[in-house]
Formats: sequence, structure tokens, C-alpha cells
Amino acid sequence: MPSPMVKPASKKSRLAMLVFGWIGTVAAISAGATLAQSPGEWPMAARDYASTRYSELNQITTANVARLQPAFTFETGVQRGQEGAPVVIGSTMYLQAPYPNYLYALDLSKPGANVKWKFEPRPDAGAQGVACCDVVNRGVAYAQGKIFMNTLDAQTIAVDAETGREVWRTRLGDITKGETITMAPLVVKNKVLVGNSGSELGVRGWLTALDTATGKIAWRAYATGPDSEVLIGPNFKPYYAGDRGKDLGVTTWPPGAWKIGGGTAWGWISYDAELDLIYYGTANPGPWNAEQRPGDNKWTAGIFARRPDTGEAIWFYQYAPHDQHDYNGTNENVLLDLDIKGQRRKVLVHPDRNGYVYVIDRATGEVVSATPFVKVTTTYGIDLENGRPRLNPKMQTRMGEMTRGVCPASPGGKDWQPSAWSPRTRLLYMPHQNLCQDMTTFQASYIAGTPYLGAEVVMYPGPGGHRGVFGAWDPVAAKMAWAIPENFPVWSGALATAGDVVFYGTMEGWFKAVHAKTGALLWQFKTDSGIIGQPISYQGPDGKQYVAILSGVGGWAGAVVSKDLDVRDGSAAKGFARAMRDLPQHTTKGGRLYVFALP
Amino acid sequence: MFSRCLEPLSLLLLLACVGAAAQPAPLRVCADPDNRPYSVRDESGFENRIARMMAQDLGRPLEYTWLLDRRGFVRKTMGAGLCDLIIGVPQGYAPVWTTRPYYSSAFFFVSRRDGPAPTSFTDPRLPQLRIGVQLIGIDPGTSPVGYALARHGAHNKVVGFTLTEDARPPAERMVDAVARGQLDSALVWGAQAGYFVRRSPVALRVDEAQAPPDMASLPFRFAIAMGVRKGDENLLRDANDFLARRAADIAAVLSDYGVLRTGEGQP
Repeated sequence: MPSPMVKPASKKSRLAMLVFGWIGTVAAISAGATLAQSPGEWPMAARDYASTRYSELNQITTANVARLQPAFTFETGVQRGQEGAPVVIGSTMYLQAPYPNYLYALDLSKPGANVKWKFEPRPDAGAQGVACCDVVNRGVAYAQGKIFMNTLDAQTIAVDAETGREVWRTRLGDITKGETITMAPLVVKNKVLVGNSGSELGVRGWLTALDTATGKIAWRAYATGPDSEVLIGPNFKPYYAGDRGKDLGVTTWPPGAWKIGGGTAWGWISYDAELDLIYYGTANPGPWNAEQRPGDNKWTAGIFARRPDTGEAIWFYQYAPHDQHDYNGTNENVLLDLDIKGQRRKVLVHPDRNGYVYVIDRATGEVVSATPFVKVTTTYGIDLENGRPRLNPKMQTRMGEMTRGVCPASPGGKDWQPSAWSPRTRLLYMPHQNLCQDMTTFQASYIAGTPYLGAEVVMYPGPGGHRGVFGAWDPVAAKMAWAIPENFPVWSGALATAGDVVFYGTMEGWFKAVHAKTGALLWQFKTDSGIIGQPISYQGPDGKQYVAILSGVGGWAGAVVSKDLDVRDGSAAKGFARAMRDLPQHTTKGGRLYVFALP
Repeated sequence: MFSRCLEPLSLLLLLACVGAAAQPAPLRVCADPDNRPYSVRDESGFENRIARMMAQDLGRPLEYTWLLDRRGFVRKTMGAGLCDLIIGVPQGYAPVWTTRPYYSSAFFFVSRRDGPAPTSFTDPRLPQLRIGVQLIGIDPGTSPVGYALARHGAHNKVVGFTLTEDARPPAERMVDAVARGQLDSALVWGAQAGYFVRRSPVALRVDEAQAPPDMASLPFRFAIAMGVRKGDENLLRDANDFLARRAADIAAVLSDYGVLRTGEGQP
């Protein structure tokens, strides 16, 4: 059933939908990417390089999921936002907690899954003070007998998967300068890929590759600055003219502003082995206010395709030139082969903060289509001739003026919470927000003895009155197949399975199973705390299919509970706290893993 | 708190008050351990001096909870119940209840006396001058002077100073850069500008950066007050009483530290 809540924002975007909402058939698979070694394992946060979060396990079906019940639970020992994904290799589950980033190995062959070992990385306590949005961590990666983990104080550590002993650790950033790491690393060949966080504080964004054996830094690609530091060379062939030119990472900024320009890489990385390209997004520009940094502010708020061996940039596309709304480009890129207008295209599908689902040719960077999935007022559509969004001048916030009806709100139509793709239904399952905001930049604030003008942000639900949606997006038809409204933003990840059961969690703490084809609710279980984690599925040593999820509210959306924010303060969590003022009536802090199975 | 003890009491409260009279409750101040001239762990800042004066005035021992004044400062100190009073916040600052203001200040152009010293945002030379400004780093928060520079064409030679790039406060680094001739001028908040200008080896001038005509609706001056926890009526009253009673002494402390107040500033 088509979603009544997804309406194009304007005549122009409606036209864009007609023109670019191709009718075609899909025979999509997670193409070009090496799948997990075994269908029962879950070796990285997104399960596979294509970032599908699709499990081939099919014991749990639409017919029997109603009988799903808890198999065991496990306390992470940290009652902060649990955005992580467990990984499962063989009969061991690995799990990283939020700061102080304990890493656990659980023996799945033992009843109740004993702790095989616990690794304490002991990150610098100062990191808590600089992390923007709770002290979250989004997961680890397994490869070559090692678990690769990131700590909030910007270290990458390799731990022996069998013994829990540290193999190497490398400090990648400086927390005293605001650099933190929250993302899940990705291992490609013999490189661990890691990106930093902290754009608001004037951190200069980068993606770094470390040698899996030694931890030695192989390359670092910055998101701002001269081509030599962005790793742009002769093979860089962006699709759109606006991304071509020498040293745009310098010249699209006021002089020197690129040095502290943001564009961190705190989101997801995908990899296409056939094209030998990695894909990842860059965050918003900072720390200058938009009026103080005229220009496109390359290469922030966009997507890079790079060679994993050298970091060399192959193409780039910018979702938000000169971003003014905190529309990071860091959301997931799901690599799919889609039949579009009768033609098989190697694409990536990217639901952006700005409210559009982009379908991009992953070989060239050409935007095939860009379709709004929530109410959008900040732009009138994406011009596919030049790739640029058509800005609504009334929604460009100016100091001292009230801007009403900014949609999507700063957390975007969708934030970090990753989608899942089912090759069976050919639908992308997208947890997301339905939020708009009014902004006044006027509130007196104060930091380290300097008064400044903070933002008074009032966020409120978009059309329909609910703050969140779990929707199934058809990337070929470019429309929602079905959508489930949720009271709070759906801040958890999604999981699709071969049993045609799709899982997600709500901030009230419900873990839900819905029918992949219809969205019909098949089963739900109320956990201790709100859910913002990433569900996974694996086959246990007993041959049974399990589904696991971390419960523990927090993150930017849930900081009102995990950080005890004052809901009366319109600037707390950049206005998100007040929009979530009723969350404390629904849930309390938590930090527990739940694992479910059929009886 | 003493007045409450004089009210008709139950036995339980009486016992509590006897205890309190024997050992007055400490005045618990939330403060930055490393932010000259406001507050330093060795209690040599002007806010430390005011806190000491207030504790003595109220006859209460003084205690500190130290935390760098960054994102989450109020929540992690006062909000966590560790302390009850912040000596300096803008009047009306949302996370706390604020007292009557005890001084009002502004941003000042700090320039060399022998250089091209801008004195207003409408100065046509502004886009050509190297001007320092503190970056806040909490999007979209910016000091009003940052916006004023942008609105008056000053983009290309403006230099941003962040809190985290160096251990010294941005104000100190900016004044130093002006003195060394690396900047033509810097826009510095008055409480810091006067203090660092006094210590500069080079003679500097300060001129209040007043709101340009096209931005008259924006605040360029801020009144500074004390902050207490929302709902803490007793401490709010005590602090207001203290600020009224000791206004002259507080003004003298501010002058000692060179705190520039609204309307001050002269070549």
C-alpha cells in the first residue's frame, strides 16, 4: 500500500518523480561484493560489502515468527546509547559497548553464551566531553582472525579474535582537538578503513587505511584541502562539471577555512570488489557558520569513490554544496544492480539526510534518480543536469530571522540508522524520521567565557503527526511500497531475512518483526530500554537461526534519556531534546543485548 | 537558609538546622579550571575572586567542581548535582535560572595603535583587513560579530580561532597575533580583551564593536549574571542579595582584571 505520508514537496519534485521514477523490473542482488563466508555468520556491521544487511537464513518465517522468544540476554555494562551491531564468526559473538568501549566475545556454544573474554581498551575519559551525540559506537569488523575496533578517543585496535589479546593499536586522531571515532570500520583486502567524527568542532575530515597486520597507516584521504591531500590525481573523473577543477578543496572555501572545514567520515563504507571501489559519505562543513564560509565547501556533504589500495579518488558527488542544514552525506550506500528503464545498472542506493533517495551509477557517479521520501521544503528537487539541489531560498536560515517549516529537520529525513535490502522483495527497508523544524538563531549562549547566538530550534512531526517511519522503498519505481508510522524517530537499523521477515526496533523499546512484502506486524517484544541498535541474524552452533539486537536508548535522538538533558532547553541536543520531551515517559536507560530464537 | 530555620519548625527540621548552623552548607561553585581571566584552578581568576567574596559574605565555606566549560558543562556539573552556582552566564541563559546582571559587556576590536584599526563593521576597509574571530563550533551558533563580518564582505581575510586547536584561550591567541602583526585586528569579548590587552608588550587600542545599522535587531551586548539550578529559589535570592549589596566591590574586582564593560573602550 503506498504511503500516504510521502508526498513530493512541490510541482517540480513531482515532475522529477514522473520523469525519473522509471518503471522497470528488478533483478537485484548484492552485486560485485563478496558475501560473508557462511550464510550463518555476520562478519561486519552491514553483514556484506554491499551493505545489504540481508540474512540468507530462512528458518524464521512469516508463518512462525509469532513464536519467537528470548534465548538469552547479556548486559554490556554501559547504560548509554547502544548503536552497535554484534558480529558473529563461527560460534563466537563479538560485541563492542559504547564508551568506555568494552569488547566482549561471547561463546555461543555454551548455554546462555558465556563471556569468552573481555577486552578493555581504556580510552581517554576526555573523549566523552567532545563527542557530539552521546558516546556511541557502531560496531566492529572481523577479518584474518582479528577483531578491528575503534575507540571514542580516536584509536583503532586489532584484537586477537580467539584470545582477546591486543595485537596492535594506532592512534589516528587527537581528542583534544575534538576528533573522535564512533563508526564501524570496514576491512577490505589487507586494509582497515576508518573515518573520524567531529565536524562541528572544526575537525578536518579524513578516511584512513591501516595495514591489518601491523596497524601502520597506509594512506589518509582528507575531505578538504589541496588535491594532494584529498588524494585526487589523474584518475579522478567526477561525473558533474562542478566537481572538476584543481584544488577545489581549497578554492571553494574562504582562504584557510578548509583547514578546519569538517567533512568527517563517521558513517558507513561499502565496497564493490569487481570495480574495486570503496564508497563513503562526508559530513557537513564546519565550524564556521554557513554565512562565514561562502562557496561549495568541497568535499563536504558528498560521496567519494576511491581505490582501497591507495585511497586514490575516482569520483565524487556533492549532495549539499555549501550545506546550511547539517545534512551530512554519511548515510549508508547499498550497492545494487537494478534494471532501470530496461537497462541493468550498477548503482548504489543512498537515502540522504536531505530527504531524497539517490540512485547513483556506482561506476561513474551519475545520479540516475533522486526522489523525496519525506516532506522536503529546503529544496525543490535535484537537477540531474548539473547534480545540484534546487534550493528554496525561503528555507536558507539567516541569523536573526525566524525560518518556519524547514523539512527535513537537522537530523534529516534519515540519519545514520542503516537500511536493509531484500533481494527477494526488491525493497529497501528504511528506518527514518518524519521531522520538520522552525529555527531562530537568537538564544544567548555561552561557552568558555564567550557569549554567542545559539539556535532556538523547535522540531515537530511532519505530515501525519508521527515522528518516525519504518518504510519499504522501491528504488526502481522510486516510491514507498508500504510505510509504518512510529511515534518516535526510528533510530535503529533494519534487518531483512530470507524468511521474508524484516526486523527493527523503536525508541520505546519494542523489537518488531514485520512482513517484508506488506509491513504487517507479525511479532513484537518489549525490551528494557529504547532500541537504537542494529539487528543481525546468525546461525548458532546448534543449527538454529537467531536474531540479536542491542537495547539501550541514546544517541542524538535519545540523549534526552541517556544524558538526562533538560527538555526545556531549546538548544539541548540542537533542539532534538525538546522534540523528544515525552521519551522519558516511555523508556529509561539501558545496555542489554537480546537474542531471540524459535522454541 | 538561615531564615528558613527561623520559621516554625518541626523537631526534625530543628535538628537539621542545628546541624546546619554548626557547619554552614558550602557554597558549591561550578567552574572552569583553565580559563583565564575568568577562572583558574588556583583560584586566581576574577570569577574565583567573586566566588570567594560571596562565600565570605554569606558565611559559608567555598567548594569547587572543576570542568572545562565546553558542551555539556551545565549538565555535567550543576545538572549532575555536583555544584549549585555558576559565577558568569549571560542573563536569560536557558539551562539555568539567572540572577540580576552584575556587568554588561560587548565585543571589542583589538588593534595596534600604529595599524589600520577598524572601529566599526561599516568600515570600508574591513574586507581587506586580517581580522581574528573566535569560532564557537556548535552549528549554527556563532558570535554576532562573526555574522557581522560575513554580512559586510569580510570573508577572505578573516581568521577563525577555535577552542581546541591550542591550549591557550582563543582570546589570548588573538590578542597575541595582533601584537605580533599577524592580524590587523581581532574581535574579542570584553571580559577577555581588557585583560590580555593590558598584558600585551605592544600598545593596543580597543574599540567597542557596535551593532551595524543593518543588524540592529541582533544583540551585540550581553549582560552577565550568575546562574543557579532551576528551582533553587534560596540560592537565587542569596545571590541577588549579594550582588546588590556588594555591587561596588564586584565592580572593583572587574576593574582589577581589566574587564571591559559596555561603553568602555578608547584608543
